[in-house]
Amino acid sequence: MKKLACILGMLLAFGLGAIGVQADELKSLRGTEAVSGDVTPEHYRWERDSPPLPRQFVQQPPLIPHSTKGYSVTTEYNKCLDCHSWDRTAETGATKISITHFKTRNGTELTNVSPRRYFCQQCHVPQTDAKPLVGSSFKPANGLVK
Amino acid sequence: MSESKPSLKARLCERLKKLRTIKIGIVGIVIAFVVGIIFWGGFNTALEMTNTEKFCLSCHEMADNVYPEYQDTIHYTNRSGVRATCPDCHVPHEWGPKMIRKIEASKEVWGMLTGTINTREKFLEKREQLAQNEWKRMKANDSQACRNCHNYEYFDYMEQNSRSATAHQKGFAEGATCIDCHKGIAHQLPAVHQNVRTGEKGVTAEVMHPTRNKASAASAVDDDDFAGIE
Repeated sequence: MKKLACILGMLLAFGLGAIGVQADELKSLRGTEAVSGDVTPEHYRWERDSPPLPRQFVQQPPLIPHSTKGYSVTTEYNKCLDCHSWDRTAETGATKISITHFKTRNGTELTNVSPRRYFCQQCHVPQTDAKPLVGSSFKPANGLVK
Repeated sequence: MSESKPSLKARLCERLKKLRTIKIGIVGIVIAFVVGIIFWGGFNTALEMTNTEKFCLSCHEMADNVYPEYQDTIHYTNRSGVRATCPDCHVPHEWGPKMIRKIEASKEVWGMLTGTINTREKFLEKREQLAQNEWKRMKANDSQACRNCHNYEYFDYMEQNSRSATAHQKGFAEGATCIDCHKGIAHQLPAVHQNVRTGEKGVTAEVMHPTRNKASAASAVDDDDFAGIE
C-alpha cells in the first residue's frame, strides 16, 4: 500500500513538472503568471428607458434602450420575445423584431424567429453608464446620424 | 320549633354548598381561561412556526428548486435590504384566508410524504401546474400578496421608468391586476408557448397574458376626454 502511494506520488510529481515545463514555453500577454486576482468590479448603473437609440454604422444591431435586469432567455421562454415578437407588439407597443430574423441559415423562411437569432443579446446590447475602456476616434456613418 | 323552618345547621350546610358551587365555578373559569391561553398561544406559536422561511426550506423540494432561483431576484436581494420571505407572498396575511390556505397546504405535506416532486425532473414536470395554481390564487384575490406591500395608489410615475409607467397606467385602466403581467418575477417560469417551435408545449398565451377588459377602459378614457364637452 505504501509502495503504491509512493509510486502514485512520483507519477503525480512528474506529471505536474511536465505541465510546468509546457507552461513556460507558452507566450501570452499576461506572461506565464496566473492571474493575480480579479479586477474589482466597478459599479455600473443601467441607463433609464429611452426611445430607440440611433445606429452608428450600417447593419448595426439596434441597441436595447432599456434595462434587461433579470431577463432570461432559455429554451423554455424568451423574455425579449414576450414583448418584441410580432404577435405581441400590438399589445406592448414594443419594436417588432426584424423580419430578416425569420430566415434560417439555409434560407428557409419560418413564421417566427429562427433558432440562430433566438439569443437576442448576442447582438443587441443594453446600455449602462460605463465609460469607454480606451479612446476612439470613431465617427458615426454620415447617412445614419445627423 | 316550627317544622317548616330548616334548622340552623341545615341552613348553614345549604349556604356552604352554594358557596362551594360558586367557588368551583370560579376555579373552573380560571382554569378554562388559563388552558385557553395556553392552547391558543400554543396553536398560534406552532402556526407561526410553519409560517417561516426556515420551515419552508426544511423540505429539500423547496431548498433545491425554488429557493436558489429566488435568491437572484429583487425580492431577495436589493439595494435597501428589505426582503420578502416565502410566507410573505405564499400565505395570506389575514387570519381567515390564512387558515384556509394552511388547511389546503396539508395536501402539500401529503405531496412531500409521497414524494410527488422529490426529484428535479419531477419538479420541472410539475412546474407548469404548480405555477398556475399560484397565478390562479393571486388572480382570484386581486394579487393581495403583492398589494400587502405595494400600493399602486402611491406609485410615483416620474420615478418609474417610462415602460413601467406606461404599462402600469394602461393596465390599471383596463382593470388588470399585478399577476396578469408580473409572472416569473420571483421564480423561473415554466415553459411558455411562444410560437417559436413546432410541437411547442407550455403555458398558453391566454394564461400568460389574460385578455383585459379593453372596452371598459376605452369608455372610461372617452368619458374623461369628453368630460368638458356637451
